[in-house]
Amino acid sequence: MANLESEFVGIKSPNPFWLASAPPTDKEYNVRRAFEAGWGGVVWKTLGEEGPPVVNVNGPRYGAIHGADRRLLGLNNIELITDRPLEVNLEEMLRVKRDYPDHALVASVMVPCEEDSWKKILPMIAETGCDGFELNFGCPHGMAERGMGSAVGQVPDYIEMVARWCKEATDLPVIVKLTPNITNILYPAEAAKRGGADAVSLINTINSITSVNLDSFAPEPTIDGKGTHGGYCGPAVKPIALNMVAEIARNPETHGLPISGIGGVTTWRDAAEFMALGAGNVQVCTAAMTYGFKIVQEMISGLSQYMDEKGMTSTADLVGRAVPNVTDWQNLNLNHVTKARINQDLCISCGRCYAACEDTSHQAISISEDRVFDVKDDECVACNLCVNVCPVDNCITMETLAPGAMDERTGQPVEADYGNWLGHPNNPSVQAAE
Amino acid sequence: MTSQMTPGVVAGRLAKEVIDDNFADLHAPLDGHEAMVAADRCYFCHDAPCITACPTDIDIPLFIRQIASGTPEAAAKTILSQNILGGMCARVCPTETLCEQACVREAAEGKPVKIGELQRFATDALMDANVHPFERGSSTGKKVAVVGAGPAGLSCAHRLASKGHDVVIFDPRPKAGGLNEYGIATYKSVDNFAAREVGWLLQIGGITVETGKSLGNGITLSDLTSEFDAVFLGIGLGGVNALRCDGEDKDGVLDAVDFIADLRQASEFGTVEIGRDVVVIGGGMTAVDAAVQAKLLGALNVSLVYRRGKDRMNASDFEQDLAASKGVRIITNASPRGVIGNGSVREIEFEYTDDDLAPTGETFRLAADQVFKAIGQTLVGDDLPDIDRGKITVTETGRTSVAGVWAGGDCASGGEDLTVTAVAEGRDAAEDIHAALSA
Repeated sequence: MANLESEFVGIKSPNPFWLASAPPTDKEYNVRRAFEAGWGGVVWKTLGEEGPPVVNVNGPRYGAIHGADRRLLGLNNIELITDRPLEVNLEEMLRVKRDYPDHALVASVMVPCEEDSWKKILPMIAETGCDGFELNFGCPHGMAERGMGSAVGQVPDYIEMVARWCKEATDLPVIVKLTPNITNILYPAEAAKRGGADAVSLINTINSITSVNLDSFAPEPTIDGKGTHGGYCGPAVKPIALNMVAEIARNPETHGLPISGIGGVTTWRDAAEFMALGAGNVQVCTAAMTYGFKIVQEMISGLSQYMDEKGMTSTADLVGRAVPNVTDWQNLNLNHVTKARINQDLCISCGRCYAACEDTSHQAISISEDRVFDVKDDECVACNLCVNVCPVDNCITMETLAPGAMDERTGQPVEADYGNWLGHPNNPSVQAAE
Repeated sequence: MTSQMTPGVVAGRLAKEVIDDNFADLHAPLDGHEAMVAADRCYFCHDAPCITACPTDIDIPLFIRQIASGTPEAAAKTILSQNILGGMCARVCPTETLCEQACVREAAEGKPVKIGELQRFATDALMDANVHPFERGSSTGKKVAVVGAGPAGLSCAHRLASKGHDVVIFDPRPKAGGLNEYGIATYKSVDNFAAREVGWLLQIGGITVETGKSLGNGITLSDLTSEFDAVFLGIGLGGVNALRCDGEDKDGVLDAVDFIADLRQASEFGTVEIGRDVVVIGGGMTAVDAAVQAKLLGALNVSLVYRRGKDRMNASDFEQDLAASKGVRIITNASPRGVIGNGSVREIEFEYTDDDLAPTGETFRLAADQVFKAIGQTLVGDDLPDIDRGKITVTETGRTSVAGVWAGGDCASGGEDLTVTAVAEGRDAAEDIHAALSA
């Protein structure tokens, strides 16, 4: 069985599955049970300054998007950082780390954007024996209104400044947690690196309103008739998170900067995808909140099996494997020609491919009197929509035309050589060069 | 103490609670969440095969999508605009040979979308709210007579009323509804649904129901054609085929349709008498309805005997499986040769036949306190329009050989003898009548 032991910015854990800073990691009771269940590490629910803790709303804190069978697809929260006193959290962290020395315990921190605040609290927290810090520059609701969380994460200069303060205040690894509520994830990531951060973790939650109550005309979750945007997470946000992780992983300025991948990780497969795109480990929250701590058993067994099948002996063999294959559009091979192929033995004649292609794409699928669907090669641009809407696995696939084969749509044989937009005759800059 | 073992024909073979439970809804209605899950399985096919398979052409993918998006009332209107008896059809349609057989998920995985149950979910929602979503058009001053208050007649009458015509429905039975009221197994239409549906249908207005009247009994076709601007015949098949074997006249040899009707009208199922040993002869829905209900009443042995092979039975696989699950023994390739008994039936003798109905010479006897005949019904009536092979000859839109007279449902040629087919024929005839009256 593959060795899942993980080392992330020097922090060791039995596996790369950490629980993200969130309600599941709010107290000793939960964290002990999470470690017993098999989680490799936790990022403790975000700690704030000494003194009276924040208060949370007492109405609903979560909203959700469901599938038809109430499968939870997306979750939104308006909960703030820990609402328990700092000293209580620190005592508990100390006890937990003492009893679980081989598991990762990282402290998430959010204090006002002042040098003294950060430099005062980090040494206090370090006394718990924690393995590192995660700077919460991500939370988009509540705390952001007070100049913290994503209010910091949306200003690269602040990120750099606070990261630098923290690195001056501690020898422990500092991870900067990034908000996705920005135009370009590279700016905050580069700022974190400039500030000396050891790693970034992403994504935090996305500004969201999950739904509107059409009787009370209030956003959900509704607290006494009003609602506010929350942070969106869960399976629905994974594609957004994957892209942001990949952008940082392949950007020359940030390439090599360790990444802790977060955003909709629900199964081992999600975790493996994040890792292939450059995440050294992953953090999980919504899946645990939906199904409980036990899901980590599937993550461990699934990733182990996959790595065994691929001949990978450590997670390092997987991390970043897909990064070289993420590129800009302009580098894609325009001479690569495919055509949709419908397997008539698997086809159940639902006609969804036909409706999609006829109504919304390229009119490249025909329907016969007896509901046999065929691809018109002279119209098919290989958009893949038919593949995506077909309800049957592998019924419609894309066949790559071999070099020299006739592309009936263009009337030209498929070229053997790679050719992208940069050299394409229709590219104005190519014409200008001539 | 009466029990299943008690000889003869008696009531109360099972405890009242057991019988009541036996006659509860065959399919419990889907609850809201079940409906969401079932609706989510619909692929919203292009030019969906289920629509083609429905004799009334209900836009099934659309109504399922309307359920999935939380508007079952809108779904019901989609259904009812094509099939005004969509509530009953949701209960009695052999969906496994119609829409659900055509469902692409049947092809894909052998598990079609639960179209029938979803249709019931939608129509129940609307009817439970006592909403009638159709309005009567402004009066045309035209009068149409509808003979027969069954599915064809009701469907025709509703469509005509919606066009603004005045409709009078004549029916010999005390209640409107036809086979919906008198001819369907009790567990398929519980809580007086057929009567409630008729009451709901009549909310359109402009329809008068006159019971106790049929052709030759208070009315004649020639009177109707002179008094009304048009006539629609939806008179069903009033006669029952005979066994044509010795001893058929003995006590205890009964028509299955009467047994089914009596059971439907019984206020207490426990008061209905049933034999210890019951034999049902026939292979269609009526035979299954009778056999299953005999078993539900507590008959110890119920045999359903059909003269051809299993694959030729008109009862669908679902119905056959239902019968088997209730303990009905299905015997095929056997024809009745004689009813034996001194006054009342005691036994019935059958002869095995091959697939071409040729006798094999081998016989067997079944003990029988009751024999229910369910070998088909026949058209009865004098002075009807032209008849061919036992049915009134009609065009695609229900026109008969007599000018101004349309016909549909089981009494008319074309289509299967199904509630849903009758609804379609009544509706289409109404459209043609309306066109003729508007010309």
